[in-house]
Amino acid sequence: MPADAEPSIPKTAATTSTVDSPAGGPGGPGSRELIRLEQVTKRFGDHTVLDRLDFSVDTGKHVTLIGPSGSGKTTILRLLMTLTKPDEGTITVDGERLFPAPEQQCREVRKKIGMVFQQFNLFPNMTVLRNITEAPVTVLGLSRDEAEDRARELLDLVGLADKCDVRPTQLSGGQQQRVAIARALAMRPQVLLLDEVTSALDPELVAGVLDLLRDIARSTDITMLCVTHEMNFARDISDQVLMFDSGRVIESGPPEKLFGDPDHERTREFLSAVL
Amino acid sequence: MSEITSGLWGLLLHGLWVTVQLTVFSAALGAAVAFAVGLARTHRLWIVRFVSGAYFELFRGTSALVLMIWVFFVVPMTLGWQLVPMWAAVLTLGCTYGAYGSEVVRGAVAAVPQAQREAGVALGFTPVQRLRKIVLPQAWPEMVPPFNNLLIELLKGTALVSVLGVGDITFAAQLVRNATGRSAPVYTVILVMYFVLAFLLTRGMRRVERRAKASVGRLAPAEPSGTAKTGRVRQQDLAGSSSATGGVS
Amino acid sequence: MNWDWSTLGDFLPLFGHGVLVTLQALVLGALIAFALGLVWALAQRSPLKVVRWPVTAVTEFVRNTPLLVQLFFIFYVLPEWGLTLSALATGVIGLGLHYSTYTAEVYRAGIDGVPAGQWEAATALSLPRSRTWAAVILPQALRRVTPALGNYVIAMLKDSPMLMTIGVLEMLGQARQFGSRTFQMNEPIVVVGIAFVLIAYPASLLLRALERRLAR
Repeated sequence: MPADAEPSIPKTAATTSTVDSPAGGPGGPGSRELIRLEQVTKRFGDHTVLDRLDFSVDTGKHVTLIGPSGSGKTTILRLLMTLTKPDEGTITVDGERLFPAPEQQCREVRKKIGMVFQQFNLFPNMTVLRNITEAPVTVLGLSRDEAEDRARELLDLVGLADKCDVRPTQLSGGQQQRVAIARALAMRPQVLLLDEVTSALDPELVAGVLDLLRDIARSTDITMLCVTHEMNFARDISDQVLMFDSGRVIESGPPEKLFGDPDHERTREFLSAVL
Repeated sequence: MSEITSGLWGLLLHGLWVTVQLTVFSAALGAAVAFAVGLARTHRLWIVRFVSGAYFELFRGTSALVLMIWVFFVVPMTLGWQLVPMWAAVLTLGCTYGAYGSEVVRGAVAAVPQAQREAGVALGFTPVQRLRKIVLPQAWPEMVPPFNNLLIELLKGTALVSVLGVGDITFAAQLVRNATGRSAPVYTVILVMYFVLAFLLTRGMRRVERRAKASVGRLAPAEPSGTAKTGRVRQQDLAGSSSATGGVS
Repeated sequence: MNWDWSTLGDFLPLFGHGVLVTLQALVLGALIAFALGLVWALAQRSPLKVVRWPVTAVTEFVRNTPLLVQLFFIFYVLPEWGLTLSALATGVIGLGLHYSTYTAEVYRAGIDGVPAGQWEAATALSLPRSRTWAAVILPQALRRVTPALGNYVIAMLKDSPMLMTIGVLEMLGQARQFGSRTFQMNEPIVVVGIAFVLIAYPASLLLRALERRLAR
């Protein structure tokens, strides 16, 4: 389905959320810090997944996390989505504390964050349209009409306008993942977390999803935090790439630098293994 | 069967009606108990899990007949108020089969993939919203077949109330036996009555199962395979699919 | 609560008899259920329709109708046909017959669970059919179904008080007889209720442990 790979797509729903945020200008220079992790440590039993990690992401930036599996990349996304809690450290999103914080505040902060999962995680008990409208209606309090308008617009964007009333199980993996992207965008998050979104797809379906994400990255000012094994994609969309190893960031920089002339030996090894 | 006069048939039919009522009321109470206790057993507070788990173990370990006599004789003597036999029976059956049902609810809820809950968190749903919109709708199709088995067990369990003197089918049969002095006809008749009730319950639950499976986008088992029952199967498929599209519009 | 320890003392010897009768009914009933269930399960795999069909019909009918009514049927109807059984024998046969329709399903699932490769290996070795069943299939199937069979023994235990209704003096029967003689119902029925939990709960713990062992 290369139809959605057209170079220009209309500015959509996802754009507006950051436009009216005080930081203003899409991706302009000197944009303000949106996500900050300080001294974050996460252990599973004896295994330390993240070791006193510090890093921050500015509004509108596209940041990609790379590194060998088990290096803690996905854990960062799960921490930001509060699917798991750190053992130590603080996490701040848009100036508000996400951890440690009371549940009520977590819930508010969480509304600024959207996530797309490796396994899509669409709700099989709802139609495609309902998957997209349910959260805007129940969580954001939109009217059903508003939510459906928004959903149809997004389905149009992801090239599945004709699939409104279909069940997720009747879609291909690539189509399901595009619905999942639309579902995340329908909440108009400031940040979009992408967790290996093409890993579960058949090879021939990967390109369609990546092209869609490229278009979203290019045409909106949404902040993206992305874990991927698709290095070409990472090179295309990223403002910054972070190389992870054993729970720490061992190298970071713009993609040209990191992919072209990495400083660190581990980075070079990793890249030569995956490229 | 000519020994059973029309008056005695009336007795049996009234007994049938009482059995149906008992089954419906006990099933309603049982379902409420099953969901309340089953969900409590997945609660994040250990004390809630402990109390609900204890309830389950206690009722699973008890004989329904002993419990019924307990509720009917001992509780009134102890507390000083008497329960109408019918409601003592409904209370016992509902609490007992509700305990079994709680295991069904717990298992089905636990079987919903963790990833579905996480997707709910990512979209900002509250725990109650996640339960109502994501977990229970997906767990429900898994619950229907074991609930059907429990419903049949409950129907059979209602026969116990005749011991308390509640005028169900079995009690009516004893009266008819005394009146006619013959056992074979009346007991044959009521065994068939129970069997037909169980058959109808199963039919109904199959239909519920088909709808439930359709609601999560899965095909129900036993698609028409060209057997003798094709006509009936097809009718149910139609009913199932029309309800599915009804939900969409 | 008007609780009288001396009443309890009077009841306990009778209760002891009741426990023995309950256990007797349970053991004999379980043996019938295990044996007859296997017969049903094998018959339902028969290549002959005239064997499969009636067996399926009978087991479905017995499973979907109340044990209590079946007990009355055996107790009151069989004598009309010239076959008189004692109350306990009636109870044992009733329990065994009723639960054989459940154990049949258990055996069936166990047999279906034996991998097809086992049948093929037996065929490759030219084992005769009877030997295949006895030496290859059933030993594997039975091992797998032991916990499920155990669960039905516990279910039979909890249904055994129904035998009271045809005059068997098992635990509940003793309690009721004692109650109607002395008008003291509280103490006996409480004892019987507790006895069931005390027997059934450890038994089910034991079975769960067995299940975990066999699962490994």
